[in-house]
Amino acid sequence: MSSSDLAVKPARRTGARRGLGLDLLGSELSVLFRRRRTWAMLVAVALIPILLAVAVRLSSDALAPGEGPPFLDRVTQNGLFTGFTAMVVAIPLFLPLTIGVVAGDTIAGEAGQGTLRYLLVAPAGRVRLLLVKYIGAAAFSLVATLTLMLAGILIGVALFPVGPVTLLSGDVISVPESLLRSLLVASYVTVSLLGLSAIGLFISTLTDVPVGAMAATIVVSVVAQILDVLPQLSWLHPWLFSHYWLGFAELLSQPLDFTSFGANALVQAAYIAVFGALAYSRFATKDILS
Amino acid sequence: MTQASPVAPAPEVGSRATGGLPVGALAIETEGLTKRFGQQVAVGGINLAVPSGAVFGFLGPNGSGKTTSIRMLLGLTQATSGAIRVLGESMPARLHEVLPRVGALVEGPAFYPFLSGDANLRRLDTADPHASRRTRSIRVASALERVGLSHAAGKKVGAYSLGMKQRLGIANALLQPRDLLVLDEPTNGLDPQGTREVRSLVRSLAAEGTTVFVSSHLLAEVEQMCTHAAVMSAGNIVAQGTLTELREVGETRVRVRTPDAGTAERVLAGLGLTPVSTPHGEDEQPWVTAPLAGRATEPELIVNALVAAGVRIRGFSIEEPSLEERFVALTGEGFDVVQ
Repeated sequence: MSSSDLAVKPARRTGARRGLGLDLLGSELSVLFRRRRTWAMLVAVALIPILLAVAVRLSSDALAPGEGPPFLDRVTQNGLFTGFTAMVVAIPLFLPLTIGVVAGDTIAGEAGQGTLRYLLVAPAGRVRLLLVKYIGAAAFSLVATLTLMLAGILIGVALFPVGPVTLLSGDVISVPESLLRSLLVASYVTVSLLGLSAIGLFISTLTDVPVGAMAATIVVSVVAQILDVLPQLSWLHPWLFSHYWLGFAELLSQPLDFTSFGANALVQAAYIAVFGALAYSRFATKDILS
Repeated sequence: MTQASPVAPAPEVGSRATGGLPVGALAIETEGLTKRFGQQVAVGGINLAVPSGAVFGFLGPNGSGKTTSIRMLLGLTQATSGAIRVLGESMPARLHEVLPRVGALVEGPAFYPFLSGDANLRRLDTADPHASRRTRSIRVASALERVGLSHAAGKKVGAYSLGMKQRLGIANALLQPRDLLVLDEPTNGLDPQGTREVRSLVRSLAAEGTTVFVSSHLLAEVEQMCTHAAVMSAGNIVAQGTLTELREVGETRVRVRTPDAGTAERVLAGLGLTPVSTPHGEDEQPWVTAPLAGRATEPELIVNALVAAGVRIRGFSIEEPSLEERFVALTGEGFDVVQ
């Protein structure tokens, strides 16, 4: 340590300018997407359509329509369906699992590591940190669903014939339009995961043990889906954040129907509001003892 | 102690602006600061007064409430009761204005193990909304250089030794020119060389006008770098002031080692002292000790009187008050962590 004053000393801060925290958001995204864990999860997400396509390609028996996951029988006829099929397979368990890991880690991960106290002393600001963390988790949802869709389209194009897509309604759309529909489906799924991300953020403010927050978030998503299939609780179903998760099939009909999209977005927004408020009220006054 | 004066800050400090505060103002001030966890009182109503420009030692055994106090000063935890002013502003109400002027190392360094030292500092710098993006690279590089970590800037922090992490933690506190540095046990995990470096760094920062608040459970460390100190014990401040003031509270004592303890005690009592014989082991001679509290009894007169009374003197010493004794007297000895 040189005690001589070699350090370049910038002018004292005026204190007037205060950034919006875009730097912190940029840093958050860069840390998130530089982590090996994030990459491992994205690779695993991309493997879902690849495994699915390879399995279908290798099996000699033609599937009867309606057998297996939705759209599976169509994959052999048109590779562009691979992404849709993979989405149906991934949304009940695998995507919520990755969201659980990212959202559960948001605050608890920093706390467990001890970096939370240094972020707050910087001072990052508690509200700003929560917002940045939530946007980070939402960005991961988007990247994960896009990865899944893109990997599906690429492997489908590689292994199966590609051409105009016959929709559920019987209408035929062009290849460019089917790519547009793929993007719509990806955004539908991204929105679907926002409520769960907010729940994960809230759980993450409750503990200093990130693994606990991750597991709890995943359990919540599983429980919601179990409740969603119990007919006795049908009054509750429209209020479950997982209720519309598989509703994107209507984005594959002609004309485009956005009923489910809207209802889903509304439910997710409600969850964001409620759990965002809970996370705020918990975190704003929390004693940081980690 | 190599400093010119342990009491007043070095002369050039006084002429400098000390953190925008008038000289003599308090950089940290608390009033009845209290923290309770359930039934347990971690900090029991302390009144800290850290003068601006001081190097202030916050001394106390493990578990005496030092870190809890620091967490409250920095707005990490809420005080159960009491008031805090840091750099003249109320905390935590004015946290966003105060903390950018404060560099802190709290309860050991903590970093993202998968990022390099350089990337870690950049990450924490982005968390300060006042930090300029334009000067970030140069500030990070100079902070790393100041703690001697330039060579390891690109290495992942997971591969750092504890001492290197500690240095990186100090570098993080130095990312901006600060008015106040709060360093919680800054020499933990450092080798003797690193400890010396931290001391000289603290001195050079103090010479630049930064108030340094450093906590430690090591008395020697505080004695070597601080101008002021407060001693914590079981959640309370039991002494506070300049190091000289703290020393003066102790007493000079005369100690006599002799097999004739009874006679020696009588002689000393005859000189107006209040002697005490200390218990001794089988083969040891007893020690007779008496405080010289302010009395100008010359040591040679004491020896003469003892010899004249036929006391066999096998050892004689005058003991100046030491901070160590004072510290032990205030905080207790041994490994019992205060509950």
